[in-house]
Amino acid sequence: MSIKPAAIVGQVILYGAFAAFIGYFATNPRYQHIGPDRALLKLSFAHFGDRDCRKRTAEELEKMPRNMRNPLDCPRERSDILLHVDLDGAPLYHGTLHPTGIAKDGISTIYRRFELPAGKHQLSVKMSDNVRVEGFKFVKEAEVELKPAQVLVVDFNPDKGGLFFQ
Amino acid sequence: MSPHAALRDGTRAVFGRIENAFDVPFGPADNPLRHLGAMGFYFFWIIAISGLYLYTVLDTSIDGVYHSIQHFTHEQWFLGGIVRSLHRYASDGFVIVMFLHLVREWAFDRYAGFRWYSWITGVPLIWLVYMSGIGGYWIVWDRLAQFSAIASTELLDWLPIFSDPAARNFLTPDAMTDRFFTLLIFIHIGVPLFLVFMLWVHVQRISSIDHLPARRLALGTLATLLLLGIINPALSDAQANLALVPESVRIDWFILFIHPLTYATSPAVVWSLAFGVTLLLFVLPLLPHRKQAPIAVVDAPNCNGCRRCLADCPYAAVTMAPHPDKPGHEIAVVNTDNCASCGICVGACPSSTPFRSAEELVTGIDMPQQPIGALRHELERRLATLTGRTKIVVFGCAEGADIAALQGSDTAAFTLICTGMLPPSFVEYALRGGADGVLVTGCCEGGCHYRLGDTWTTERLAHRREPHLRDQVPHERVRQAWADPQDAQALVRALQEFRNDIETAAGGENRLKPYHRRTAQHVH
Repeated sequence: MSIKPAAIVGQVILYGAFAAFIGYFATNPRYQHIGPDRALLKLSFAHFGDRDCRKRTAEELEKMPRNMRNPLDCPRERSDILLHVDLDGAPLYHGTLHPTGIAKDGISTIYRRFELPAGKHQLSVKMSDNVRVEGFKFVKEAEVELKPAQVLVVDFNPDKGGLFFQ
Repeated sequence: MSPHAALRDGTRAVFGRIENAFDVPFGPADNPLRHLGAMGFYFFWIIAISGLYLYTVLDTSIDGVYHSIQHFTHEQWFLGGIVRSLHRYASDGFVIVMFLHLVREWAFDRYAGFRWYSWITGVPLIWLVYMSGIGGYWIVWDRLAQFSAIASTELLDWLPIFSDPAARNFLTPDAMTDRFFTLLIFIHIGVPLFLVFMLWVHVQRISSIDHLPARRLALGTLATLLLLGIINPALSDAQANLALVPESVRIDWFILFIHPLTYATSPAVVWSLAFGVTLLLFVLPLLPHRKQAPIAVVDAPNCNGCRRCLADCPYAAVTMAPHPDKPGHEIAVVNTDNCASCGICVGACPSSTPFRSAEELVTGIDMPQQPIGALRHELERRLATLTGRTKIVVFGCAEGADIAALQGSDTAAFTLICTGMLPPSFVEYALRGGADGVLVTGCCEGGCHYRLGDTWTTERLAHRREPHLRDQVPHERVRQAWADPQDAQALVRALQEFRNDIETAAGGENRLKPYHRRTAQHVH
């Protein structure tokens, strides 16, 4: 069946409108994720809280089968992790990370993102992985200079000496 | 009327008008809005075939993935670049027709009753499409991919799935490994494969699936995508660098809109919306809806197991079983869950012919609410009362343009459940019973409420499908004029034109010999 010229014109217009619609919204309008002269601080780590272990006495060990004589008696539950992050003297994040798992024996994790103005900042991170111990076991303080669009990661790795900025 | 019904009917009216407007240049057979399911399949096959090519030229190492895509986009633009653009734009097209299909089926009240299965199985497809689409953008591993990967994992981390936040995988450049892209490709192929399976599940309760659009529409769509790919090729942004945050990105709003929405609101809002809308779609069939009409009933003595109802049922509601009374024969069995109560099986049954001499016409498969015997009786009664120069019988359907207004002293109008319910022999019967012409109407071509009523009727009247209209019926005395509810005026004009054509045609030499059933012989 042949198509009338007017119908061809109509089809061209509608196909063109379809193409224009797809072509435009496939890349436009541009999405502004963060403003200019802004940087991103990502506070993220995964760490097991400490366990409150007790040293078994010699009598206790003597009563146990030979193959089970572990000198430490550790509960399954792990400690919460206390975390304080201050930026330029003001609190950026103060919180407690709970262990995961029904028995509270899993890893404690955090992932937070903070948009900051680019430039120099005084950053202080303090962490305690055993709330029964006074004070912060891990502390990292430094002046950081953030370029626009830079991502600064605050992470924790015992093999890298604990808290570190990257 | 409930607010939901008012909204649905209003949307249907708008949709109907747009469809009619598209009919003007495309014609119903090539109108994409009338074949959204077929368009979805078509886009999917374009995505699959173009994706296979892209897979063969992709290097899945962490550095190679970006550079291999850049290579075939720029150095091989005439093939790889265009195929990549096809892959992207067909994906966008798929998303568009998927949502239009969803809205159309809802607006046309096609989500409840016997259609609940198709509706429910369609809902998970939306999730699979977005999983495939979003993951596809990650593979490019440019700044947009980085943005999408981080935004997606930050969104996922709101759910209590991972003990270690998934977003930590993208913390620093050294956090990534080559294995990430191997896994990503595996997912990007695996999810669409599951999508194919779910599409198969989705169409299980329909037969004669419209799995590809008409050739002209398919070629027009492909040419449009190719041209778009040449004019506005899909390009990568700068290579991903996890040490820097992409300040602004050119996102694909059809697929990646979820990321700006997350940052503008919160993951809690986005998940609430996603799960809320999904739940709403799942419970929609449970909301008050049109009551299911009585389903087709098989009459064993009149069913000879010819399988025509099995072939014509649009919803695969008919199966065959051994006949209880005729050894070696089969009998049609109606699946109560699948039956749409459309009556198309009645039009397919050879026992529905009104020329049978039995006083009480009982066919092999019938609709209790509109038995074929009652239709013959009413046709005979109305033919006897018609007066005027040109007597016309109109067979229409309850879902198409209202034919009640056509009724007159010279016009007898019969509203069937679906025009597909009309056995072609009724057309000949009306002409032999005194009608000068028979007008057959129903939902607009390609827009049948019961999917195939218009198609089967057209094919039966054109001698291309059994049971067909007999050859001796003069074609100038039979006309088809398909019209949706909003096209009632067009139908009035079509009837007038038909009447004029019959009246201006030469004499009555093409008139069939009269037939009166009660005397069971031709009257000379």
